[in-house]
Amino acid sequence: MTWADLGPLLWQASTESAYMVGVSTVLTAVGGLLLGVLLVLTGRGGLLAARPVNLILGLIVNVGRSLPFIILLVAIIPFTRAIVGTTIGTSAAIVPLTVGAIPFFARIVETAIREVDRDVIAAARAMGASRAGIVFKVLLREARPGLVAGLTITVVALVGYSAMAGVVGGGGLGDLAIRYGYQRFENTVMVATVVLLVVFVQLIQTLGDLVVRWLSHK
Amino acid sequence: MIQLHRLRKAYRTRGRTVVAVDGVDLAVREGEVHGVLGRSGAGKSTLLRCVNLLERPDEGTVTVGGVDLTSLSERRLRRHRQRIGMIHQHFALLSSRTAAGNVAFPLEVMGVGRRERAARVAELLDLVGLTDRAHAYPAQLSGGQKQRVGIARALAGRPKVLLSDEATSALDPETTTSILELLRDLNRRLGLTILLITHEMEVVKRICDSATLMREGRIIESGRVPDLLARPGSALGQEMFRLGPVPVLPGTTVVDVTVTGGGTGESFVADLARTYDVDARILAGTIENLADGQAGRLRIALPGSAEANEAPLRHLREAGLTVEVAR
Repeated sequence: MTWADLGPLLWQASTESAYMVGVSTVLTAVGGLLLGVLLVLTGRGGLLAARPVNLILGLIVNVGRSLPFIILLVAIIPFTRAIVGTTIGTSAAIVPLTVGAIPFFARIVETAIREVDRDVIAAARAMGASRAGIVFKVLLREARPGLVAGLTITVVALVGYSAMAGVVGGGGLGDLAIRYGYQRFENTVMVATVVLLVVFVQLIQTLGDLVVRWLSHK
Repeated sequence: MIQLHRLRKAYRTRGRTVVAVDGVDLAVREGEVHGVLGRSGAGKSTLLRCVNLLERPDEGTVTVGGVDLTSLSERRLRRHRQRIGMIHQHFALLSSRTAAGNVAFPLEVMGVGRRERAARVAELLDLVGLTDRAHAYPAQLSGGQKQRVGIARALAGRPKVLLSDEATSALDPETTTSILELLRDLNRRLGLTILLITHEMEVVKRICDSATLMREGRIIESGRVPDLLARPGSALGQEMFRLGPVPVLPGTTVVDVTVTGGGTGESFVADLARTYDVDARILAGTIENLADGQAGRLRIALPGSAEANEAPLRHLREAGLTVEVAR
């Protein structure tokens, strides 16, 4: 295989990967934040302490996190069809990616928010802040560096998960590496995709670190 | 200004019940600095957190500025909390906001408009002497500066009452002095009623008009500081005037004489010599500067038994001194 053949392949796979990871990151950020905040609020000593709700949410998160991604990908095929109308292709891959990453990120969100000083929350209550005010102006604001660092970890994990998207015809760099590099013994393809993936991850981590440093005033 | 009536708060941990506040009655008058003194675990922190209902008492009522807070809905309680300032031992500032941003926070909660907020923040930072540090983040401020931001923030809603939770306990002695002076100054200038809790006698001594001594969730004694000190057997007096163990001196009577408020008694030792021909030996003594004047206690030894010294001791009592026969 020549570089002329390889170029378009790599380009297409890269855009597919970027699309899958990009969209699922946005969806995961929203879903994970929501679930993570709910875990904290309903937890012991939380602003909306409700033990049964907390236990159920915790169970859902743990089930989601214990399934190997490749199993999840296949297991939720009916759900994927209901959402995007198809079970094959890049868009179809976004559903399992998001479903897999939300519980992962939710736990990170929960941990980051729990790090917020209890005194600061008490101070906000003493100032007459409402629950919504405390969530948005204190918890999420104060936890921002931890949330961004956690999201960075999640995006890198998504890059890894997306390598398995080929199973449902999602394409992407991982899929290219498997089909050409592994199954057809095209070592050039293998090396090129690995290099691209490393660059991808490196960019994500560097960007994440920069944002964390910019947000952090400790 | 603040009335606590039969307040009780218990915690249940692993089947054990700990009564943190056990039937406390307390009244703080308007414009007064009142200190609750006690060791850690005495229940003073819970008591303070009950005043703005950060902790909801199991029994009893909390009245601030004539309003029974325990009877309010969550919504109305939030509104009233805006009129009660609070400062904290570890400052409790938002690390993601600058000094100015922290002071602006309660104003945002109250729904004060942007322009008015900026003006009020500038005014408050000026009040605590931090105008030049307005744009610094808490991590860039010293402990004393952080507490000044905390005080400015607590005053944002023009409260009539300030609650102080060990506000100087994390500060060094010089910074403590400057923060206490600031609190005293705010108390005088703004007519601010301050309820503070502390484990340091020094704080009570320096700025409190009245004090309460707490132990195991109950009040041991409570009242104006000079009155407490003048009361025979006062636990606060014993804590404040540390004269050490009473020496054994056969053939003498050891007496502790406490002088509070004004200059009476300055010459009582000479007085005893002149009037009763009694030679008092001074064993120990201390004079403390209080928020309001001075108070002192002198330990003297009089020759002869307590019965033999009845007349001179009565004379001292009649002169307005507190006389306790120590041995």
